[in-house]
Amino acid sequence: MNELLLDYLPVVIFIAVSAIIAGALMLAPFLIAVKNPDSEKVSAYECGFAAFDDARMKFDVRFYLVAILFIIFDLEVAFLFPWAVAFKEVGALGFWSVMVFLAVLTIGFIYEWRKGALEWD
Amino acid sequence: MVEFWTTYGLPTAIIVAQSAAMLVSLLLIVAYLLYADRKIWAAVQLRRGPNVVGPWGLLQSFADMLKFVFKEVVIPSGANKGVFLLAPLVSTVLALSAWAVIPVNAGWVVADLNVGILYVFAISSLEVYGVIMGGWASNSKYPFLGALRSAAQMVSYEVSIGFVIITVLLCVGSLNLTDIVLAQKGEWGLLNWFWLPLFPMFVIFFISALAETNRPPFDLPEAESELVAGFMVEYSSTPYMLFMLGEYVAITLMCALMTILFLGGWLPPVDVAPFNWVPGIVWFLLKVFLLFFMFAMVKAIVPRYRYDQLMRLGWKVFLPLSLFMVVAVASVLYAFDLAP
Repeated sequence: MNELLLDYLPVVIFIAVSAIIAGALMLAPFLIAVKNPDSEKVSAYECGFAAFDDARMKFDVRFYLVAILFIIFDLEVAFLFPWAVAFKEVGALGFWSVMVFLAVLTIGFIYEWRKGALEWD
Repeated sequence: MVEFWTTYGLPTAIIVAQSAAMLVSLLLIVAYLLYADRKIWAAVQLRRGPNVVGPWGLLQSFADMLKFVFKEVVIPSGANKGVFLLAPLVSTVLALSAWAVIPVNAGWVVADLNVGILYVFAISSLEVYGVIMGGWASNSKYPFLGALRSAAQMVSYEVSIGFVIITVLLCVGSLNLTDIVLAQKGEWGLLNWFWLPLFPMFVIFFISALAETNRPPFDLPEAESELVAGFMVEYSSTPYMLFMLGEYVAITLMCALMTILFLGGWLPPVDVAPFNWVPGIVWFLLKVFLLFFMFAMVKAIVPRYRYDQLMRLGWKVFLPLSLFMVVAVASVLYAFDLAP
């Protein structure tokens, strides 16, 4: 078998085996447990009331904001991975370019902090 | 035909056997960690904890599993059935699959990827999907709010975990988890491990791991005092159990990851006679259990955070601190030419 396949085949097989274990556990109650649904039992739980309306309502825009900020910083981490691994090889040029990159991001971070994007009250 | 079996069949069969052995022992350990968690929690509150099933209650987790299997699966009428049932599967399978690259001893690893830590990081980023899918598909208000909170919380702490991993990588120069452990080997034993030079990062990683796995004091997604049980409200039977299982497997994964990154993996604390006779797997498990004990103690003694405090801690304390530490570690390595 070729090199790449040998490296990643165990991962695929491992995921398949764990999926089989989880799937078996998931399937078990469908096969052996009682099935006795009635309209009250399968209604959405809302502390005893019947649900007023659809639960998929509008929500706070700050959750979007957190997601957007996350993408920026997670991408930053993804850029830093190869740099961290090759820290010795990239030498002075690599070190200073990443410092400039981090400085630019820090300015952005200070901006969003001052703008109140991180406030939750 | 024979050639086909020796080149493809046999290696595949060996990998299947390895994966099954790893997963079964992992699930057994998780069953007892669950029991230990309840016992420790009980001991802190001067209760006895589970003590009926088997001697000292040792079979409690298995009795719980049987009970879950015999319970009816209630699927709410408004739910999206497919996504509703897929969510717990996603959550468990993702938590389990990260273990494929975890080395528990020298050479004891199912897939020795050269990008191991990147794989773990990617899988742990995906874990938020199980929660979001579960919360959205339930089509009920509490799960919806729980899923939103959880998504924001998990991604916030993901960023600091990423920076912590970067600082460790700077000191190692490889993404392979075995290399990360071996880089901590030295004549000073446990003083060579990364917890000492990178101590602030160890603390940040520990607290972020609590938040990442929705453990108390950061269990806002399932805060039972306000959201009943968060994204799990509508779940019953084994779908519920799979969420819980996924959560505990993820916690164990975080403990194992901390062991590898900061506590020298399977290396003995002092490399002298009685200690290095003990097999590496024993040291690895002892370190994982020690970290899990800390997780359990935090759950027992620390009160829950408020949501705005949680987000403030993640974005305004840990993010700047870990960003600063990346710069500091890189500068020290660069200035004194210590990079590996």
